[in-house]
Amino acid sequence: MANMQPNKTPMPELDAALRIQNFEEVALGYTPEEAKAEAERCLNCKHKPCVNGCPVGVPIPEFITKIKEGDALGAAETILSMNMLPAICGRVCPQESQCEQVCVRGIKGEPVAIGRLERFAADALREAGGAKQEQPAPNGKRVAVVGSGPSGLTCAGELARLGFSVTVYEALHKPGGVLVYGIPEFRLPKAIVAEEISALEKLGVKIRTNVVIGKSMTVDELLEEYDAVYIGSGAGLPSFLNIPGEELNGVYSANEYLTRINLMKAYTETSRTPIYRAKKVVVVGGGNVAMDAARCARRLGAEVSIVYRRTEKELPARLEEIHHAKEEGIEFAFLASPLKLEGDENGWVRSVHCQQMELSEPDASGRARPVPVEGAEFDIPADCVIIAIGNTPNPLISATTEGLETNRWGCLVLTDEDAGLTTRERVYAGGDVVTGAATVILAMGAGKTAAAAIAKQLS
Amino acid sequence: MYKVLAKEMLNPTVVRLTIEAPDVARSAQPGQFVILRVDENGERVPLTVADYDAKTGSVSIIFQIVGTETELLSRKEAGDYILDFVGPLGRPSNTEGIKKVAVVGGGVGGAIAYPVAKKLHQQGAEVHIIAGFRSADLVILEKEFAEISSIFRLMTDDGTAGEKGLVTDALAALIEEGHQYDEVIAIGPIVMMKFVSLLTKKHGIKTTVSMNPIMVDGTGMCGGCRLTVGGETKFACVDGPEFDGHLVDFDGLMKRNSMYRKVEQEHLCNLMEEGK
Ligand SMILES: Cc1cc2nc3c(=O)[nH]c(=O)nc-3n(C[C@H](O)[C@H](O)[C@H](O)COP(=O)(O)OP(=O)(O)OC[C@H]3O[C@@H](n4cnc5c(N)ncnc54)[C@H](O)[C@@H]3O)c2cc1C
Ligand SMILES: Cc1cc2nc3c(=O)[nH]c(=O)nc-3n(C[C@H](O)[C@H](O)[C@H](O)COP(=O)(O)OP(=O)(O)OC[C@H]3O[C@@H](n4cnc5c(N)ncnc54)[C@H](O)[C@@H]3O)c2cc1C
Ligand code: SF4
Ligand code: SF4
Ligand code: FES
Repeated sequence: MANMQPNKTPMPELDAALRIQNFEEVALGYTPEEAKAEAERCLNCKHKPCVNGCPVGVPIPEFITKIKEGDALGAAETILSMNMLPAICGRVCPQESQCEQVCVRGIKGEPVAIGRLERFAADALREAGGAKQEQPAPNGKRVAVVGSGPSGLTCAGELARLGFSVTVYEALHKPGGVLVYGIPEFRLPKAIVAEEISALEKLGVKIRTNVVIGKSMTVDELLEEYDAVYIGSGAGLPSFLNIPGEELNGVYSANEYLTRINLMKAYTETSRTPIYRAKKVVVVGGGNVAMDAARCARRLGAEVSIVYRRTEKELPARLEEIHHAKEEGIEFAFLASPLKLEGDENGWVRSVHCQQMELSEPDASGRARPVPVEGAEFDIPADCVIIAIGNTPNPLISATTEGLETNRWGCLVLTDEDAGLTTRERVYAGGDVVTGAATVILAMGAGKTAAAAIAKQLS
Repeated sequence: MYKVLAKEMLNPTVVRLTIEAPDVARSAQPGQFVILRVDENGERVPLTVADYDAKTGSVSIIFQIVGTETELLSRKEAGDYILDFVGPLGRPSNTEGIKKVAVVGGGVGGAIAYPVAKKLHQQGAEVHIIAGFRSADLVILEKEFAEISSIFRLMTDDGTAGEKGLVTDALAALIEEGHQYDEVIAIGPIVMMKFVSLLTKKHGIKTTVSMNPIMVDGTGMCGGCRLTVGGETKFACVDGPEFDGHLVDFDGLMKRNSMYRKVEQEHLCNLMEEGK
């Protein structure tokens, strides 16, 4: 008999007052009993609408059934058949707009907590020592992957499973892309990312860090050595507001702020990378990146305000992150748009001068645009300002690879969407470098699609 | 891990290390830099490629000991390893069309300017070098500079070696003598590059300077290295590190580079305590 509770089984969390003093994971995960109770809420629908909501097609009712039966490891194996990074996805997928959005239980009440259950199964498997990986027999074909974010890793893993010899080239000193340099420890512990990556290495994927494609080596050089190349280099180029004062000290791009904290561990005693410990931080933006920057700043002891052009309803961040940010005492200034940053005589930022906005009537696209309220301007004091208004693909690769076309946002153009094929033969691409900043699971889906196309092309 | 092949102290605070890094050596060109990390807790430190040899797969760096990372790096000996070493980063120096050039180096900046001066010399350009130091004991690369230049002016602040005076004095004198340079390349402390640029602007000589803002990734991802050039925001790691000296906002850069001075000094103090 299904559990007809209208709400998700709650997941224990660290108390907000406690967690803003450290970088420990906030959401603590289900116990086996809680997981079972939540699994009982799934109706095991025949037509499986939830699976269509998942970009990598995780067999959702099947794995949830295994959890019902108390077989967490079996559940994890089931997920792994379609998704090689389940402990990551269970934590960071925007489930409310993917699998859970179309869950039948969501029509009356809350959907099944698919993400939390996925996390539960993946964690159980990891604690049991991980999946038994056998290296498949090599098929003699070689593929190079550029970038070790979720997209590149997924493409590499899928190909390795099929016997391809795959080498991933990563510009930074640690693999993982945004999963290691962007998303903070308290949402996604780095040890978990490292373990999911090491599972791929056990499958035979080779990872070479400290290689910048386009600088240390070009795509054309890779093509001489490999049968195909997959580009999953992400959207790492930060946008700035282009307003006066952005060059002041204390003004960071979210990328720099988060990289110092997450990749370089600047918040720890032992790390020698400095980070400015501000008293009053203003974060500009409203996406996941803004929430992460704000919550990191809070943990470094600052009062934090998020400045966003529209209203709470339009915030693009995951609901859970907004909720957590509020619990942690982060203030929101909605309908505010920075006009300039004011500094002191030593070149340090002192305040953010904002324009009050209001939402216009929805336009043809149905979206209400923020427009200035004439004459309404105000100041928010700040000794640190973090700009989190978006990222676009870095031109390092497109600029050094002839014939690799980009659109006007710098995203790589695909000639065959279903295969992830770029405008160059044998060169595939996917993830943020194609779509612009999007989500982990879409990046993984693209990696998987391209892997299948590469396998087909090379067989 | 990247192996240290050789180490040499060029003066009491300037060190040359040769590192085994075939990927970098294969594609490096003058003007480019690497980013290294000494160990797991270390910062990512940008240093210019001072020399490279694709055949042996080795890359040299020359650095001044100014803080924690450079201090720890200076303690490495041949046979030791450093954790990370990535490059070449940044754009190569432009040497095309340059027939006559004055290369001005201040302190360790001379080492940064050496590879491009050497390349210009090999291309058959007439190279004049002005190298400035505080005093005789800090002079580096004297022999190397002399070998690749037709005029070499060594300047010291106190006159203990070469002539007493500033590099700008020597450059002004050469220009007065009637030398017509296609370009002046100036690399050294920000103030020095600023004053060289002011001088050459008066004479209408194209001037290239090398910017060294604080960097993290070196690939255009963090924006920490941004600076204002001709009123536009540029990222030094991908758009530079070399820029038109007549367009750079030197004062802005000086302020930005002081951002972490206090914390860095604390790190270094702790290190020196440990060392005692
Ligand atoms: C702070 C932050 C929080 C986020 N939170 C969420 C979230 O909660 N949920 C969610 O679904 N999504 C989230 N996202 C978005 C998500 O992380 C990205 O959509 C996803 O990581 C894209 O994956 P990718 O593999 O395409 O690229 P990336 O993860 O960006 O990885 C690209 C990798 O390629 C490397 N690279 C780049 N250029 C080169 C080169 N020339 N040579 C070699 N290597 C190169 C980079 O160093 C990087 O490691 C967040 C993003 C950020 C920045
Ligand atoms: C592209 C590039 C190429 C460079 N090439 C060389 C080189 O070939 N040889 C060399 O000796 N140095 C070079 N530098 C400077 C070098 O990176 C710094 O000296 C080094 O990072 C200092 O690290 P530290 O931990 O030892 O000192 P820190 O403790 O970080 O700093 C000590 C002092 O130096 C200042 N400082 C820190 N970073 C920089 C910087 N990037 N530029 C200027 N001042 C800084 C600090 O404000 C502080 O006052 C280069 C910098 C860049 C950006
Ligand atoms: S991978 Fe993401 S979208 Fe797919 S089922 Fe898991 S949580 Fe949902
Ligand atoms: S739609 Fe919801 S209830 Fe139905 S199978 Fe999927 S998770 Fe279970
Ligand atoms: S060093 Fe990060 S963008 Fe230049």
